[in-house]
Amino acid sequence: MDWPYIFQTAISALSFGSFYALGALGIGLLFSVLRLINFAHGDFITIGGYALIVPSSAVVATLSIGGFHPALLAICIIVLVTVVALLSYFVVFQHVQNSSPATMMIVSFALGYVLQNVIVMIYEGRPKAVNLFPELTGPIQIADGVSVPLLQLVIIAVTWLLLIALVLFFRRTAAGVQMRAAAEDFRMARMLGVRGKRLIALAFILSGSLAGIMSLLFVTQKGVLMYNMGLSIMLFFFIATVIGGMGSLIGAVVGGYAVGIASVVLSAVLPEDVRPFRDACVFLIVIIILLWRPQGLVLTKAARERV
Amino acid sequence: MIEANTPVLRLVRTFWPLVVLSVGLLIIVVIIDLSGDIILAQTLIEGLVRVVIVAALYLFIGNSGIISFGHIGFMMIGAYATAWQTCCPYTRDMFMPGLPTYLLNNTHHFIPAILLAGLLAAVVALITGYAIMRLSGIAASIGTFALMMVFYSVYLRWSTWTSGASSVIGLPTTTTVWVGYVYAVIAITAAFLYSRSRWGLALRSSRDDEVAARAAGVNVFGQRLLAFVVSAFFCGMAGGLFGHFLGMLTVDSFHLKMTFITLSMLVLGGMQSLTGAVVGVVVLTVVIDVLRRLETGVGDFSIPTSSAEVFVGVVIILILIFRQSGITGNAEVYWPFKPDISAAAAMKRQS
Repeated sequence: MDWPYIFQTAISALSFGSFYALGALGIGLLFSVLRLINFAHGDFITIGGYALIVPSSAVVATLSIGGFHPALLAICIIVLVTVVALLSYFVVFQHVQNSSPATMMIVSFALGYVLQNVIVMIYEGRPKAVNLFPELTGPIQIADGVSVPLLQLVIIAVTWLLLIALVLFFRRTAAGVQMRAAAEDFRMARMLGVRGKRLIALAFILSGSLAGIMSLLFVTQKGVLMYNMGLSIMLFFFIATVIGGMGSLIGAVVGGYAVGIASVVLSAVLPEDVRPFRDACVFLIVIIILLWRPQGLVLTKAARERV
Repeated sequence: MIEANTPVLRLVRTFWPLVVLSVGLLIIVVIIDLSGDIILAQTLIEGLVRVVIVAALYLFIGNSGIISFGHIGFMMIGAYATAWQTCCPYTRDMFMPGLPTYLLNNTHHFIPAILLAGLLAAVVALITGYAIMRLSGIAASIGTFALMMVFYSVYLRWSTWTSGASSVIGLPTTTTVWVGYVYAVIAITAAFLYSRSRWGLALRSSRDDEVAARAAGVNVFGQRLLAFVVSAFFCGMAGGLFGHFLGMLTVDSFHLKMTFITLSMLVLGGMQSLTGAVVGVVVLTVVIDVLRRLETGVGDFSIPTSSAEVFVGVVIILILIFRQSGITGNAEVYWPFKPDISAAAAMKRQS
């Protein structure tokens, strides 16, 4: 094995890991304050992608927001997805927030199902080609004979910037501290004067803007829009959240990197006959981890169920 | 007023929800069978297969309180297990070349095939449930979800046995309206008898308060496992029925969409009642059918594609927001006559 290959695999694993970590963070943020596993999160990402184009049934899409100046485009998409996420709280999740987590899971399933089918209604079900940020998709030469896709480096950089911003938010701002308190014990935090509703809305805003950023990255990478593209990546975010320990944000990041790196490494290492069963292996690992540590790899104080 | 002291009537009263549900379904079946409408009959058969699935879901979810996302996986196992035994004798080695010689060369009758398929699903449920039923609450739901994904991705890639991403075509279409009805009644009866049994009672006690049930000596893990295995058995049979209704099988049809639709039916009717399970299937099947017809257009009028899906999703959200106990309010069908006849009779005897 030569080192350029290893280096390229490592960068690829890191970029997958970063992407999954962002997704897992979006889910973990909501789970920590609301005990909600938001299956519609992937569909928020899909909505961000579809917002780029004009509604039509043509195979090659005409750009609408996608034709704006890049900075304006990014802001528009992020704001739009954030608004969708926030609306989902006020219209739907707010009314079931006292139900059991499993009930909320069905609600989020139903919401995702509605969103997907509304997209089919407006844009039709066929895949659509979209060429977003073509300058990012090419490879870049780092050293002699070593070139990696530029986009992978961008994903890693964006993720780390966001992680630093989030850490600063959670450490330095009042809202961040309140959110950590609520994640630990929501009822107690409320009794101490934290405004629950406002805090949950803030969590939806953070989660939604992460989804908006991810839809930009995801569409650039895929180059194709599908009405169910969010659901397939959502499954991996979900695994990452479970592995990391639901409700723990550090756990979500760790879980995201674990899943990303594991899936890249497993496809490189697994023997030829077993390789098709990679997804099955990943889900088996999820079950094993659930049995071994039902609260996930990273324990939070709030995770222990009380009588 | 009806005198309820005859043994027959007392029996009817005990099994009243079962009687009402079976007779209700029978009336629907007879009407559609007499009308001779073939398209309507197809919808009806699909609905009856769903009654089997949702009754099995009720058996586990309703009594244990654990929402399972994994039962469609057992349905898939059952569907393919029957296909291995009954499908397309002449082209079987083309679709599924990896089967052992016995299965390649022998074709079983539909009934033993479907029983064996249910049995296979039950065995798989026993093995996997032995691990997953140790979990509680949301962790158990996630475990069943992961289980469904494991089954799905294994069957999708295991192409020498399942034809993988393409489909197995040529199953005999044995599931007629009446076959569907018989299996639906069997499934309802099993779910009813189970929930009236001491095991059902023990499991429901653990649903309402796990700690108290444990303290009262209920083996929560064992009871959950029992319900899981029994309901997987019926899901496996439903899979066999489903394959022999469509005449073909694809792995993709046993994924999130089917999981969501069947769970929606249970939630809509009322998760904790058998009546709810059946009512949910009937209502949602009718609504989806009507909307599908409107989508293709009636006269000049038509509604946009996938309106049916959007409608189902919205209804489920609304139900879970405004009436979590579903249409039936988690209750079974009431005995419509004098409220408590045995008590009244006992009073009369005393005086």
